[in-house]
Amino acid sequence: MLIVCTVVFVLVMGALTVALVRGRRSRLPATDAAADSRLHTAVGIAVTATIVVLFGLLIASFITQRAVESLHASSAVTIDIIGHQWWWEAHYEDAQPDRRATTANEIHIPVGRPIVLKLTSRDVIHSFWVPSLDGKRDLIPGYTTAIWMQADRPGVYRGQCAEFCGRRHANMAPFVTAEHEDQFDRWLASQRAASRAPSTEAERHGQQVFLTSSCALCHTIRGTSASATVGPDLTHIASRGSLAAGTLANTREHMARWIEDPHVNKPLNQMPPNSLAGGDLNALVAYLESLR
Amino acid sequence: MSAGPASIRESISAGDRARLDRVWSDAPGFYGWLTAVNHKSIGKRYIITAFVFFLLGGLLAATMRLQLARPANPLIGPDRYNEIFTMHGTTMMFLFAVPVFEALGVYLVPLMVGTRNIAFPRLNAFSYWLYLFGGIFLYVMFARNMGPDVGWFAYPPLSGPQYGLAKRPDVWAQLITFTEVAALAISVEIIVTAFKLRAPGMSLNRIPVFVWAQVVTAFMVIFAMPAIMLASTSLILDRLVGTHFFTPQDGGDPLLWQHLFWFFGHPEVYIIFIPATGIVSTIVSTFSRRPIVGYLAIVLSLVSIAFMGFGLWVHHMFATGLPDLGASFFTAASIMIAIPSGVQIFCWIATMWSGRVSMRAPMLWVIGFFVVFVIGGLTGVMLAAVPLNLQVHDTFFVVAHFHYVLIGGAVFPLFGGMYYWFPKITGRLMHERLGVAHFWLFFIGFNLTFFPMHLLGLRGMPRRVYTYPPEMGWGALNLLATAGAFLMAAGVIVFLWNVAWSWRRGEVASDNPWDASTLEWATSSPPGPCNFPRRACSSPTKMRRS
Repeated sequence: MLIVCTVVFVLVMGALTVALVRGRRSRLPATDAAADSRLHTAVGIAVTATIVVLFGLLIASFITQRAVESLHASSAVTIDIIGHQWWWEAHYEDAQPDRRATTANEIHIPVGRPIVLKLTSRDVIHSFWVPSLDGKRDLIPGYTTAIWMQADRPGVYRGQCAEFCGRRHANMAPFVTAEHEDQFDRWLASQRAASRAPSTEAERHGQQVFLTSSCALCHTIRGTSASATVGPDLTHIASRGSLAAGTLANTREHMARWIEDPHVNKPLNQMPPNSLAGGDLNALVAYLESLR
Repeated sequence: MSAGPASIRESISAGDRARLDRVWSDAPGFYGWLTAVNHKSIGKRYIITAFVFFLLGGLLAATMRLQLARPANPLIGPDRYNEIFTMHGTTMMFLFAVPVFEALGVYLVPLMVGTRNIAFPRLNAFSYWLYLFGGIFLYVMFARNMGPDVGWFAYPPLSGPQYGLAKRPDVWAQLITFTEVAALAISVEIIVTAFKLRAPGMSLNRIPVFVWAQVVTAFMVIFAMPAIMLASTSLILDRLVGTHFFTPQDGGDPLLWQHLFWFFGHPEVYIIFIPATGIVSTIVSTFSRRPIVGYLAIVLSLVSIAFMGFGLWVHHMFATGLPDLGASFFTAASIMIAIPSGVQIFCWIATMWSGRVSMRAPMLWVIGFFVVFVIGGLTGVMLAAVPLNLQVHDTFFVVAHFHYVLIGGAVFPLFGGMYYWFPKITGRLMHERLGVAHFWLFFIGFNLTFFPMHLLGLRGMPRRVYTYPPEMGWGALNLLATAGAFLMAAGVIVFLWNVAWSWRRGEVASDNPWDASTLEWATSSPPGPCNFPRRACSSPTKMRRS
């Protein structure tokens, strides 16, 4: 397509240049009937050529579209993605309720297997786009849309919300980790499990802080009494590579800063700042970072 | 032909001339300025106002380019950035691009069809004031941090009652009403002027192509604008009185908005582009010293673009997951519209081919138009293909594409038109060398700004983000784009200087400095209050034969 378009561009510019050179050299405009009819024929030929080229491109477009859209297979992994301002909620579907898994912002997929993403939104319109894996599909509240994709090579693929969704549209990056089937199965099994129980004193204290402060009003940690669904599920937060949909790398330091004031790194996002005593904050971070 | 119009002027007595001038001129003083209904006064004001908004929109664009010049730039926060890009799009589409071409129509169409004023002159004045107050309203609200921030497309639910911040989306929706009523009024005037007030002898097949372009555009406005007025009114109702047109939790449908918006939004592109092609046809014909090749083909192309323009809106919505068969139809329609555009391009090339080309500033802008617009048209054909569209939709590739189409397809011809008609409007020619400098600064700056955006889009940079992380590797191309933007701005400054200088000191223009064949050149420069002291006639001999 690029080649065809480049050739067309060169041809049109060539004709323009020749016309200009001719036009500048000629003494008198040729306006007799014979000259006009030659010009009309030339225009007709050019238009015909245009139509033929456009038809070629149209057919190429249809064939590619068919190939892209015909990735249907029965062994597909189905993931429900729900868009929020400004993060991604992900559920791995399964017929058995206890085999479902919930995570946020970072999904894993097996290499070489078709994936179907079922997309919807809780608030405004978002668009799921991982450039190296698939095209865009909008997440529209009130609708469920779907898109198919398949990774042929393992790797971590960065994505991006592609429909303007408000103030933090720029910081809404999903990550897709494509890995071999057995790795993927292990990962999925770990995500299905309830959260790890706190093992040290600090972690136990941190869990108490989590459950008794405002954290539990918005977040879920499966295996504890925290089960709110306003913000991302934190059951396995330590297994994720980034915080706040690709805004920060997931480290202790970032986590502490993020909890204290989320608006430093992602201004105007919807998480409120939290004023915790230093000891409580450290314990909370220790607990969250233990949730592998 | 210069002998004809001159004799028209001389054949009228001085007393008659004075009486005519008194009847057709605006009343003196400030009161007269407020009550002006002469199409030339209103047209001039309209053109100048639209250019002021063009400069404001350009300043907003420059601010965005500064913010994006490097990754993670702390210059502007997301809230202000969202306001700025929304204001930029809204200004350029609703306060500059559509009004400026209508303004040219208001000034030129009555002259080109040889009549003394536009039809419904009071409606015309009303349209101007409405437009002016709409624009002032928008910028006052922006200055008070209440400017719209949901994109020029204002998709609900983001713009709806639940997520739209404060009064910002209401300001946007109200502005739409102001500008669309203004546009609809002008469309009615232009159609009536062109069909009912033509000079004797000007049959349909002798209407200048520019007037045809204005008429076709006016019809498009009449069919496209009601869709956006309906949509924006429904949005205001959703927000202010609690109706549920677009709120999904109450059974409303956000996709309905997108259909209504793009049913207007795509024809909008042609509402901007078609009058610009009218300018190109005019300039190519004048500076090739021959009638345009394929007059009928060009006019039919305009009409068919107008019809097809209403059948492509869904290519803005491929990512919403509409059925594949439906999407394919819109792919075919979007590709098909390249045919009439191609017909025009070939006719213009054929005109130059067989004519005697003189390279003055207006012609230079038309050459620039060819280079830039053909690239934009080709990327448009690429975007029509669903699989490619789904990758580059809402990325900088699209930003590059539509700036190539709209700046290439509309602003380049508009600047050409300014150099071309400036002597008619002011009685003085614009400075040629400054015009050439303006062209090269703007042309090089434009390509430096927007060509890299194709590559940024292909490398995954999305639109409407106020920042991007350094590790994405988009910094260098963005910096280049910002540098280009300042070159363009330098070009515009040269243009402003040229206008200011030429208006006072430019070389005095004769009635017909370009030796053109349309009727506006058959009267004085600038035309007197009544345009033509004697009713102008159009006859076949007016078409230049040598």
